[in-house]
Amino acid sequence: MSGQELTLRSGRFRAERQGDWRKLETLLDRAERHGSRSLNDAELLALPGLYRSALSSLSVARAISLDRALVTYLEGLASRGYFFVYGSRGRTFARIAGFFSASWPQSVQRMWPDVLASAIVMLLAAVAAYLLVMADPDWFYSFVPRELAGGRTPATSTEDLRATLFSEGFTDELSTFATYLFVHNAGVSMLAFAVGFAFGLPSLLLMAYNGFTLGAFVALFAMRGLGVEMAGWLSIHGVTELLAIAIAGGAGLHIGRSMVFSGDRTRLEAASVFGRQAAQAMVGVIIMLLIAGVLEGVGRQSINVTEIRFAIAGGTALLWGAYLFLPRRSRVDG
Amino acid sequence: MARAAKTKTTMDDNERFSRSMVTPEGVDVGVRLATAGERAGAFVIDALIILGLLIGLTIAAGYAAGRESGSSNLVYIVWMVGFFVLRNFYFFLFELGPRAATPGKRVLKIRVASRGGGVLRADAIFARNAMRELEVFLPLSFMVSGGQSVDAMIMLLGMVWTGVFMFFPLFNRDRLRAGDIIAGTWVIQTPRRTLLADLATGASDRPLSTGVFTPEQLNAYGIKELQVLEDVLRANRREAIALVANRIRIKIGWIRAPQEEDHWFLNAYYVELRRHLESGLLMGRRRADKHDRGGSGGR
Repeated sequence: MSGQELTLRSGRFRAERQGDWRKLETLLDRAERHGSRSLNDAELLALPGLYRSALSSLSVARAISLDRALVTYLEGLASRGYFFVYGSRGRTFARIAGFFSASWPQSVQRMWPDVLASAIVMLLAAVAAYLLVMADPDWFYSFVPRELAGGRTPATSTEDLRATLFSEGFTDELSTFATYLFVHNAGVSMLAFAVGFAFGLPSLLLMAYNGFTLGAFVALFAMRGLGVEMAGWLSIHGVTELLAIAIAGGAGLHIGRSMVFSGDRTRLEAASVFGRQAAQAMVGVIIMLLIAGVLEGVGRQSINVTEIRFAIAGGTALLWGAYLFLPRRSRVDG
Repeated sequence: MARAAKTKTTMDDNERFSRSMVTPEGVDVGVRLATAGERAGAFVIDALIILGLLIGLTIAAGYAAGRESGSSNLVYIVWMVGFFVLRNFYFFLFELGPRAATPGKRVLKIRVASRGGGVLRADAIFARNAMRELEVFLPLSFMVSGGQSVDAMIMLLGMVWTGVFMFFPLFNRDRLRAGDIIAGTWVIQTPRRTLLADLATGASDRPLSTGVFTPEQLNAYGIKELQVLEDVLRANRREAIALVANRIRIKIGWIRAPQEEDHWFLNAYYVELRRHLESGLLMGRRRADKHDRGGSGGR
C-alpha cells in the first residue's frame, strides 16, 4: 500500500481488470481441453461478456500501457476468446440441413459451365474409345486397367460376360467390388478436384481417362450383342456415379479457371471463393458416390430385369437433375 | 553487441510473421503465423499417426481374416473403407473441431484459421485438406505404384513434384500451402500466454520516488527502447543487465552511487521511463524510439 501513489495508471488499470481476464482464461482452458460441454449454463452465458471485456481491455491497454507483456497476453486471450465465441461450435444440425437444402445444389449450379465441360470431355472420350475398341478389340487393354476389368476382357466368353450382368442372389464378391469401385471413384474424384489447382487441365485429362474406360466397356459388351443389357446394368448406378465424377471434374476445372481468370478479385481471393464453392460440391460428390455404391451393391444384384433397371436409372436422373439444377431461392448458406 | 543484434532480428521476425485479425467487434487482435518448421513438424506427427493407425488396421484385418476365413471379403471391405476414411477425412474431421487442429498441430500449438478473421467454415477445411491429394498422395502413389520396376524418371518427377508443393509455403509471405490458397485459410500460432507480473509494481524492494531522473534523462529513449529494456529485465541475465545498465548510465549521464545494483537502477529507470512515456500517450504523444524527436503523430 505504501507504493500506491507510485503505481502507474496502466498498473491500476491492470489491477482492476485482471480478475476478469483470469476468469476468461480458466474458462477457455477448460473449454479448449474438454469441449464447450464442460461449461455450465452460467459460464457459457458469461463467456461472451468476458471476451468482449477482454477486447476492450486490449484496446485500452494499447492506448495507455507500454507493458508489452501485458499487450501480448491480452492479444492471445482475445484471439482465443474470438475463436471460441465465433468458432464452429454447435449448430451442427442446422449446418447439415443448410448444406442439403442450399449450399450443395447452389454450388453445383454456380459451376454449371465447368460441369458441362467435363461431362462433354468424358462423353467424347467414351465415344472415341468405343469406336476404337469396336474397330480393334485389342484397344480394350490399353484403356482398362486390370483391377477395374474384373475378368471382363475381349477374351471372356459371351456367356460369362452375360453372367456378370445378371447375378443370382447376393454374393460377397459383388459387394467387395462395389466397395472397391466406391473407393476407386472417390479417389479419382478427389484427385480430379485437387489437380484442378494446375489450371484445370489435369482434371479434364482425368475426365477423358474415365471416359475411355467407360467407352471401352460398352464396346466390349456391344460387340457381343449385349449392348442394351450392358446399358441397363451400367445405368442403374452409373447415372449417379458418372454425374458425380463429372461434377468432381467440374470442381477441379472451376478452381483452375479461377486462377487464370480471376475477374475483379485478386487471384488469392478468387481462388478461395471458388475453392470453397468447389469444396461444397465435392462433399456432395462423395455423398453421390456413396449412393451409387449402395445402388450398385443392392439394386444391381436384386434387380435383374433390364427394363426395371432403365426405369430406376431414369428415376435417379430425374431426381438428381431436379435436385441439383432446378433454380431455387437463394439463402444465406451456413 | 551480439546480443543486441539478436534482439533486433527477433523483433524483425515478429514484424514479419504477425498479421492483423480484426474481430467483428472491430478490434485487431493480431495473430502470428506458424513457422515452416512448425508446419512440417505437425505434418510429420500426423503422418506418423496415420501410418500407425493404418498398420494397426491392417494387422487387425489380417488377424480377423485369418481367424474366420469365410468373412475375408468383409474384412477387406472394412480395411478399404478404413483406409479411405483415414486418407481423406483424418485432417478434415480434426480441423472441424473447436480447436481447428489435428493432433500434430495441437502438439505444436498451431491451428487453422480463416485468413484475416471471419468464421472458419467446413467447406474451407474440406478444400484445404482435399488438396493434399495433389500435394502428398499423388506423388506418393506415383512412387509406390511402380513397385519393383519403378522408373527412375517417374521417381525423380515424383520427388520434384512433392518438392514443389512441400516448399510452396516458403515462397509466399503468408506461408500458404496450395490447400490454404484454395480454402482462404492460414495456419497461426496459439501459444498459451500467462499473465506476467508488471515490472512497475512490486518488483523492486526499495521504494522509488518520482523525480529521481530529470526530464532530459527520461527524454533519451522512446517506446522501442523501453520494450527492449522490458525484455532484458524479464530475461534477468546478469551480464545483459550490467551491459545495458552501463550503456544507459553513459547515455543519460547518471553517476553510479556506491553499492548501486544494476538491476535496481534498470528497474527504477524502466518504471520512470514508462511513467514518462505513458503520460505522453495520454497527451497524444507516442514517441516511437530515441530518434523520434517530433513527438506527435504515431504509427
